[in-house]
Amino acid sequence: MNALASLRVALTALRINALRSALAMLGVIIGVASVIVLVSISEGTKQAVEAQIASFGANLLIIRPGSSMFGGRRGGAGSADPMTDGDVEAIRTEIAGLAGVSGEVSAGTTLVFGGINWTSRIQGVNPDYFSARGWVIGEGRAFSGAEDVSGRRYVVVGQTIIQELFDGASPLGQSIRIGGQPFEVIGTLERKGETSWGQDQDDVVFAPLSTVRQRFGAGMRATVRDAVSTIYADIAPGESTSRVIEDIQDLLRIRREIQPGAEDDFAVGSLAEFIRARNETESQLGLLLAVGAGIVLLVGGIGIMNIMLVSVTERTREIGLRLAVGARRADVRNQFLIESIVLCVIGGLAGLVVGVGGTLIYAEVGQLDIVIDPVIVAIAIGASALVGVFFGLYPAHRASRLNPIDALRFE
Amino acid sequence: MPALIECRNLVKTYEMGDQVVHALNDVSLDIEAGEYVAIMGTSGSGKSTLMNLLGALDQPTSGQLRIAGEDVRALGPDAVSRFRNRTIGFVFQQFNLLPRTSALENAALPLIYSGLPHAERVKRSMARLEQVGLGERTDHHPAQLSGGQQQRVAIARGLVNDPKILLADEPTGALDTKTSKDIMAIFDQLNREGITVILVTHEQEVAEHARRQIVFRDGEIVEDRS
Ligand SMILES: Nc1ncnc2c1ncn2[C@@H]1O[C@H](COP(=O)(O)OP(=O)(O)OP(=O)(O)O)[C@@H](O)[C@H]1O
Ligand SMILES: [Mg+2]
Repeated sequence: MNALASLRVALTALRINALRSALAMLGVIIGVASVIVLVSISEGTKQAVEAQIASFGANLLIIRPGSSMFGGRRGGAGSADPMTDGDVEAIRTEIAGLAGVSGEVSAGTTLVFGGINWTSRIQGVNPDYFSARGWVIGEGRAFSGAEDVSGRRYVVVGQTIIQELFDGASPLGQSIRIGGQPFEVIGTLERKGETSWGQDQDDVVFAPLSTVRQRFGAGMRATVRDAVSTIYADIAPGESTSRVIEDIQDLLRIRREIQPGAEDDFAVGSLAEFIRARNETESQLGLLLAVGAGIVLLVGGIGIMNIMLVSVTERTREIGLRLAVGARRADVRNQFLIESIVLCVIGGLAGLVVGVGGTLIYAEVGQLDIVIDPVIVAIAIGASALVGVFFGLYPAHRASRLNPIDALRFE
Repeated sequence: MPALIECRNLVKTYEMGDQVVHALNDVSLDIEAGEYVAIMGTSGSGKSTLMNLLGALDQPTSGQLRIAGEDVRALGPDAVSRFRNRTIGFVFQQFNLLPRTSALENAALPLIYSGLPHAERVKRSMARLEQVGLGERTDHHPAQLSGGQQQRVAIARGLVNDPKILLADEPTGALDTKTSKDIMAIFDQLNREGITVILVTHEQEVAEHARRQIVFRDGEIVEDRS
């Protein structure tokens, strides 16, 4: 008997017991569906994290005063001496393997254009800032180093500002009043969208650092006239992150006159690594859940085996008849094996539909990123076929070993 | 020329715990091609046991058995399946049709295992259903057919592979007298067309259709008349 005929026989048998077939598939359906949902969500989270990291600047180092970078317990950022333009310059000139370095100061302010007011922050940065933080210039240009030094009142604005002040029209060459002073828009930034915690990243106005310091007094302290709140350093591709961090730490310890053995009063951190570390636990949880879903699939397989054994017993006379009229043992075995595989694969396909549907609903309701990976889909279907083979083999073998006379006599 | 079926000193014993049942006891028997044989005897006399051996469904404990020139005892399980598929048609007392499966598909069942293409299977089983007078009901399921009609489907199935021998163990046992007559008319016709028909029956009336009657008692042939 050829495979097509076997398939036809198997489909007929499954159709005859449609309800029971459907119930037997349930375990496989749930197993495959949950594998797909969990893997899609965890894959989506992973990609969202990478996108987030890219939007911050993939190779970005953040240098701040204070001993802890990300909300640690000791020494808040304000208690130690601030970083200065001098530190920015020293890092720029003395550290090898950097693509760009920029300080940052900022001040809350109000923007006015025409009759519209918009409350935002103006950020003073050096020209390297844009590439370091992964900003792409849309229209116009960023300011130059010379314009930074001379304190020109130029701004580069984000998409939210364009929307709010200019109603989406090109703002290039327009003059907006910021904190009461006129600034010329020389460039726009391409959209970044929201962060995963819902912060609008496009509500930004950038001006040369010296301009913001002079005009808004940002970063001016009683003792230090050229402070910056944060220094961003962009590691050039292929450079070792840990080596660059160590070099910067050594440099700053000398500049800040920290005695050997004393603790740093500043921190150099990689945001990408911080975010990855934070998500590590999440992805491990995802893996655990996927293993759980795999176990559900196995339990589904046991359900299939159970139903196949029942089916073999119920159809003992049928098996006897088939053997009597010429079926070989292999034909009988294949018939039940194919039945079990078909059962599992149909269950797998149904699980796929449920899983993809569930994932889409989950993404819609939870506003989450999901990635439905065709490889995972293929693996899920393949796995259900394997479950069919594995758990169908024993019942099929039992069927093929029946003696035709005993089987025909079976009541 | 040797007989179609040659039985020499056939013995079949069943062991039930420490009890040994001699179902067949030294049976020797020849059946020629084209014969019409009825096997009779009391319950438990060994009729079905013999039929199982003649149908190559079971192997004798000892003795020789040649069917259509083939030494059945020498065949392995797969070869014996092929042999049955080509040489023998079965009709059972309980019909043994597949439930919720059309008459056509039921009749075509042996052909699946002969490796014939679908169209050919349909053509041949259609012809056999017409031969037994069921040409109109090929898409009916067993539950939609009377006992007599179900047995006709079973006969069509037994014939579909053009077997040399048609074996029927109490083919009318589950049918009323009127229906039995119709079924026996089909066997008569088939035998006239040249098929060797061997049937088991309890009823003298049915046995009368055959040209040779063999009576069993306690696993032995006590009467063999033509
Ligand atoms: N599988 C078996 N195991 C044990 N004993 C068996 C088996 N099959 C048949 N027998 C015994 O062999 C003897 C012959 O049985 P068989 O079925 O051939 O009788 P029969 O002539 O067909 O009877 P009936 O008219 O009731 O069908 C009986 O004593 C029966 O109990
Ligand atoms: Mg019997």
